[in-house]
Amino acid sequence: MLDALSLLLIFSGLAFYLAGTIGVLRLPDTLCRLHAVTKADNLGLGLLASGVLLQLSDPLQMLKLLLIWLLVLAASATGGQLIARHALDERPDQRAELPEDAK
Amino acid sequence: MTEMLIIAVILLGASLALALLGMLRQRAPADRILIAQLLGSNGVGLLLLLSLLQQQSALLDVALVLAVLSVVVVIAFTRGRKEQHNA
Amino acid sequence: MTPGALLYLDLLMMGLMLVLAVGALYARSLRHAVILFIVFGLVVALVWARLRAPDIALAEAAIGSGLAGALLLAALRDRRRGAESAPRSPAWQVVAVGAVVAGLVLLLAWAFLDLQGERANGPLADTVRANLDVSGVSNPVTAVLLNFRAYDTLLELTVLLAALLGVMSLGPQRPPMDAAEPMAAGLIGWLIPLLIVAGSYLLWVGAHAPGGAFQAGALLAAAAVLADLGGRREFRLPGQTWLRLLAVAGCAVFTLVGLAALIGSGVLLQLPPDWAGSLILLIELFATASIASALFLVYLGGHPPSWNSREGHPDA
Repeated sequence: MLDALSLLLIFSGLAFYLAGTIGVLRLPDTLCRLHAVTKADNLGLGLLASGVLLQLSDPLQMLKLLLIWLLVLAASATGGQLIARHALDERPDQRAELPEDAK
Repeated sequence: MTEMLIIAVILLGASLALALLGMLRQRAPADRILIAQLLGSNGVGLLLLLSLLQQQSALLDVALVLAVLSVVVVIAFTRGRKEQHNA
Repeated sequence: MTPGALLYLDLLMMGLMLVLAVGALYARSLRHAVILFIVFGLVVALVWARLRAPDIALAEAAIGSGLAGALLLAALRDRRRGAESAPRSPAWQVVAVGAVVAGLVLLLAWAFLDLQGERANGPLADTVRANLDVSGVSNPVTAVLLNFRAYDTLLELTVLLAALLGVMSLGPQRPPMDAAEPMAAGLIGWLIPLLIVAGSYLLWVGAHAPGGAFQAGALLAAAAVLADLGGRREFRLPGQTWLRLLAVAGCAVFTLVGLAALIGSGVLLQLPPDWAGSLILLIELFATASIASALFLVYLGGHPPSWNSREGHPDA
């Protein structure tokens, strides 16, 4: 049934959101935390949005939902990169730990 | 269905609250802005669920605006180290 | 629907708002305070959504959280390094302000409890709905803002203009930034068109669904802010003269329409029902451009460079 599938997707997405939050709280390093955040953004929102999408009937609304997901996908990936670069600039000592081609 | 959605909404709210408490503990600005990004994304998810629960499709528009403005804030934050200004 | 269970979410939101407000006020450094303030705006937008007020949620997310955040972050950059922590107030001030605020809270609580009978289906809402078809739009919020209480909105635009004049008298504008690195520039490159399209959409949809001039103007201002952040020379923005003209245009057009209505029907801003829809769209179009321009000029934070030099011609 459509409702059951929706709920499955929504709760899976929720699991990723919670994983992201826990990751942010427990991981030792800014860059690791960024990793957790982007996972929550992409997968969490993607699964949640898919679940919500199944419940909609108006094509315009479905399009909006798709747009929101694509936007967050692209923006959080790029934003994450910007934050990472900013974090490295503030704490140059972390650069030494990166593999050679990431600097 | 509605009851399950309400549970989902409360759980997402709890995730938001937890992340926020994490932000209050962090010292570095970079950590805080990435948690702000996470909170924005949580907020978008919350709005998507609320749009179903409250039967208001306008909340999808709010989610879109929130998503876009989150990115603007991240860009505003990460730009502007002192060497980027004109002398 | 079991509204009872959602109470937990609402209580959580209330708690978060208070925690964020206190956190933003007492944060260790101004940078932390600004980030907490931005998140506060996010939570308030969610609260508006819970209160079934998408128009206000849109405005809060766009202006209260996003644009105000960008503005404060830019202001932080202008400060001298090391001047970042806020001074502490003396204890008696804290107590006095606390007492006044507590009194206000009690007053508001009493007013709210007193009005418990008047929910969304009160006489005021009924009057609005009854007159909706002569207003020219089908979104009751827009009908109230742009028709029934248009005078208030006109005054709001004037207040925004006055605030802009105040900001412009504070000093020179922020100097332009260098071009952004390719990754940020690429992101900004597609965000700006998206914001313009989204803003136009909100303006258009405001007639029959949540949206409108303020929200649309805020998104356009955000596009301009991004262009500034990307390096003003690379992303072409309207010149200073245009920006100032646009900032005034909203009030001007609004007033002209109001005066025309005065001539036509004897009452200021009484829109004739046949024309109301088109007139509202006209007013909103200019109001959007005006709000966008004013918010962007406030973000730039001062008067344009040509006002310093007395060369007599404005920079393009």
